[in-house]
Amino acid sequence: MKVNGFVHPAQRDPRRLLSDHLRHDLGLTGTHVGCEHGVCGCCTVLFDGAPVRSCLMLAVQAEGHEVSTVEGLAVLGAPLHPVQQAFHECHGLQCGFCTPGFVMSVVGLLAQHPNPTREQIEEGISGNLCRCTGYASIRRAVQRASELSQQTPSPLRGEGWGKGR
Amino acid sequence: MKPPPFEYHSPSTVEEACALLGSLEDAKVLAGGQSLVPLLNFRLARPSHLVDINRIPGLDAIYERDGGVAVQALARQAGVEDSELVARVCPLLTAAVRLVAHRVIRNRGTVCGSLAHADPASELPAVLLALGGHVIARSARGDRVIEAGTFFRGVFETALEPDELLVEAWFSASPGPFAILEESRRHGDFALAGVVRAADRLALFGVAPTPVLADPADPARGLRPSGDLEATPEFRLHLVRTLTDRAFAA
Repeated sequence: MKVNGFVHPAQRDPRRLLSDHLRHDLGLTGTHVGCEHGVCGCCTVLFDGAPVRSCLMLAVQAEGHEVSTVEGLAVLGAPLHPVQQAFHECHGLQCGFCTPGFVMSVVGLLAQHPNPTREQIEEGISGNLCRCTGYASIRRAVQRASELSQQTPSPLRGEGWGKGR
Repeated sequence: MKPPPFEYHSPSTVEEACALLGSLEDAKVLAGGQSLVPLLNFRLARPSHLVDINRIPGLDAIYERDGGVAVQALARQAGVEDSELVARVCPLLTAAVRLVAHRVIRNRGTVCGSLAHADPASELPAVLLALGGHVIARSARGDRVIEAGTFFRGVFETALEPDELLVEAWFSASPGPFAILEESRRHGDFALAGVVRAADRLALFGVAPTPVLADPADPARGLRPSGDLEATPEFRLHLVRTLTDRAFAA
């Protein structure tokens, strides 16, 4: 399985969820685990370019596929990914627990709709819960991320989107 | 949370998958996993074997057949949502699939999986019923066409035999007036009640153990929906009448 561009050895235990594999076996704790039944959206990662819930996949299912987590968006010291930059500028986070999931969902949303309408933004973030109730700022952050993405081409944008998985 | 122990199988052909389903005791098919994996995480489902069909190539087609749309077992809901063919031939299915959870779930979830799971509050079984569609069940014994009217047997219960794999669902064209309306507490949640109109046919969901056909002039007749924290039986009946009126007003 390739995670953020690096090949990792296969997980052998079929019971291991992809979310737990990323966190416990690969040490990528940026992917958060909230509800573990697909409701909260905190564990959203890109699977072959499209956002999915990592708590609803087995790690063995990702073998031979590409997974991108929040850690893959910007390397340490480099400028933030446009979506991260937009969340920072627009105060799109408070406690930050839900943020990696929102950011990955929005990366997927902007790959699908580079200039999202208000409805598309609301639909795009409707599968993520924020308990600090920061939705208004998050909506603004998505708009800002759309502007920033068009100024700064991101390596993740559009990659593999909509292709057969 | 962690799923209970199971033996994992990843067949690479439909024949291999059917052979596994035919020989294993207590096996479940894993397609999109958006309903099954939560059940495993909660340990509400404890199958001894999981047969993961995701590595079977060529099982994700969406194509025109017999004046309708055929959707194969691994066609994701997002693919059906974006399909121009589905939008042209069966726009009711396009409208319905948009009501299924959220896009991130639909990126993984499958149409055939929703049908095989047969959640009484789910949209797609009611759409199949309203359109008079069918599914194709394959096993080592051969193919079997099961009409929507006989496919849904009860809560999470279908006419599929343990050795059968649902390989394809067929939805007839929806050229006439159509509507799918539902009421849920939050966007993307399961519906408290919902109605599907396909021309003059009406199917209801969320108000009986299976989707049911109803008379548009008196949709609540004979219904005895259950009550829970989110809605009383009376409120569900009210929703059925109101949503039916709206669906047929257009």
